[in-house]
Amino acid sequence: MTPQPNRSVVYDWLRHDKKFPNVWCPGCGLGILLGSLVRAFVQSGLSKDQVVLVSGIGCAGRLPVYVDVGSVHTTHGRALTFATGVKLAKQELTVVTVMGDGDAMAIGGNHLIHAARRNVDIVAIVVNNQTYGMTGGQYSPTTPLGSKATTAWYGTIEPTFDISALCATAGAVFVARTTVYHVDRMDKLLVQAVNKRGFSVVEVLSPCYTNFGRQNRLGSNVEMMKQFRVSGVPVDRWEKMSESERSGRFPIGVLVDRDLPTYLDSYRGACGTAAKWRAEGKI
Amino acid sequence: MSKNRGRLLQGNEAIVQGALAAGCNFYAGYPITPSSEIMELMSVELPVRGDIFIQMEDEIASLGACIGASLAGSKAMTATSGPGFSLMQENLGYACIAEVPVVVVNVMRLGPSTGMPTNVAQGDVQQARWGTHGDHPAIVLCPATVAECFDVAVTAFNRAERFRTPVILLADEMVAHTREKVVLPGSDEIEVINRRRPTVPPEWYVPYKTDGSLIPRLADLGEGYRYHVTGLTHDERGFPTRRQDEAAPFYTRLFAKVSRQFSNLEMVKQFQLEDAELVIIAYGCVARAALAAVRLGRERGLKLGLLQLVSLWPFPRRAVSEALTGKSAALVAELNLGQIKREVLRVNNGRTTVLGLNKVDGTMITPEEILNRLRELK
Repeated sequence: MTPQPNRSVVYDWLRHDKKFPNVWCPGCGLGILLGSLVRAFVQSGLSKDQVVLVSGIGCAGRLPVYVDVGSVHTTHGRALTFATGVKLAKQELTVVTVMGDGDAMAIGGNHLIHAARRNVDIVAIVVNNQTYGMTGGQYSPTTPLGSKATTAWYGTIEPTFDISALCATAGAVFVARTTVYHVDRMDKLLVQAVNKRGFSVVEVLSPCYTNFGRQNRLGSNVEMMKQFRVSGVPVDRWEKMSESERSGRFPIGVLVDRDLPTYLDSYRGACGTAAKWRAEGKI
Repeated sequence: MSKNRGRLLQGNEAIVQGALAAGCNFYAGYPITPSSEIMELMSVELPVRGDIFIQMEDEIASLGACIGASLAGSKAMTATSGPGFSLMQENLGYACIAEVPVVVVNVMRLGPSTGMPTNVAQGDVQQARWGTHGDHPAIVLCPATVAECFDVAVTAFNRAERFRTPVILLADEMVAHTREKVVLPGSDEIEVINRRRPTVPPEWYVPYKTDGSLIPRLADLGEGYRYHVTGLTHDERGFPTRRQDEAAPFYTRLFAKVSRQFSNLEMVKQFQLEDAELVIIAYGCVARAALAAVRLGRERGLKLGLLQLVSLWPFPRRAVSEALTGKSAALVAELNLGQIKREVLRVNNGRTTVLGLNKVDGTMITPEEILNRLRELK
């Protein structure tokens, strides 16, 4: 059997001196995202030295360590703050953050909305598995209302955050949603996000069979994956659907794509003013 | 730069000038009294140079951005006060374990919590040492004059770069807001130390492998040295490990790279200690009052001397030990309830009488208060 070209590309970008296998459970979607992300880098014509991966804490936070690029595994919720520093200090780098839903929306929620508002040229991938997987299935800000969790034995009573809607409102110039089932779409969306100037968000729905699916009797890991095929609806079709058809489903694809000056565009303007004022003796 | 000479500067402004002279080219911060002037001046100066200034959403983000920038090769600084310093503790620990050079200025105000934001205190001395969890190294410097603010800022950057660790510049509100005429040294008069970067080709680079210095070489992100940085316990390659034979040597080295250099890191100033019978130990703004007390006391026939601590951590135990030897008593004057006295007692080990003069009402200790406390000895 001849190896698939995509597989060899991913293999080439993995760290072979890292002690594999990885930390993720069988049925987890993070490995699919990892492959998709590498393909997106390659398709964007990036070399390993041009990419820096930054992550927070949790299952998603473990992704960068497997990829042979500059990788920074930061503190819980703070990936975007570190990434902001990296990007501003070395503007030629492509900086991509990988966060989970608890990481990005709960402990790091403030950083997420401000990063979106500021429009620093960073890609934020938010892996939404609707739970705190690594710590054992506690409820997160994206756990569906009424679900069981190890900290919600009687069902969650908190409404959920819509990650994409929040980022769109906060000012992100590119917002897209996909699931790990829709791999080809995910590849394309990640390429778009990587090439977009400004703060780009890709929400990736991914199953957590071990700590969310089992607790909520959602079937096997394969069944959870198949469910994404039904629940993830391309945006153009979503727009034609009735309220009742939309129930239990969500739109996938590009949700926001607009052009705004990035933080660095504006900052360079301020630097120009500063230099001029200094030359004129105003400051 | 002759135009920098003989200027009337505030402590906070001198800290900025020192940082810039040391090569600071990245500042991320969040406004907080009484440190805000540092941030304001950075927002004027860094854009002039084309360097980076950014106001973040909180102090957690500020230090996070500084660490990211430092990993990308910048010399980064943030400044804050008590409440913000508390928020920074987690990322301070990250900078310790991942060995990232960064300078954090904490202009102390009275606390805990919001406390008295515009009033002087020195209550963060032990927090600066032990604020973040786990065993970790700490380098903490404390200026007493505007001129020292400049010098200590340069030293803070040099030590951060040399030891690959966060350095805390622990100023107090009084020093930070005092205006004095200072003559700043020219760029040719100050020593600037930069981190050791790898000289081997990327394929030979082992990011946390050390030589005799115990301090590994730090590659900038994006320079071909692709490696992993993590807050997890890691092996020499930077990858997470749970092996006992890797964890223990790692944490021991992290601690030892600073602690075994303690004698070289001691910074103190001695005033009339040679023939002193009583020694005052003080730091920050209190050292100014103590120096006045020494002069006043000597006019009144008291043989007083002053040991001013500039480096607080590692604790300058050799200098303190020498200063205590042969003295009839020592007075540790500080704007807290005895945070350095605790250390002095440890070093003193029963040798002489150690008194404390403590004040936590948001005002200065005066020279007269020091002299009155010494009078109680008789």
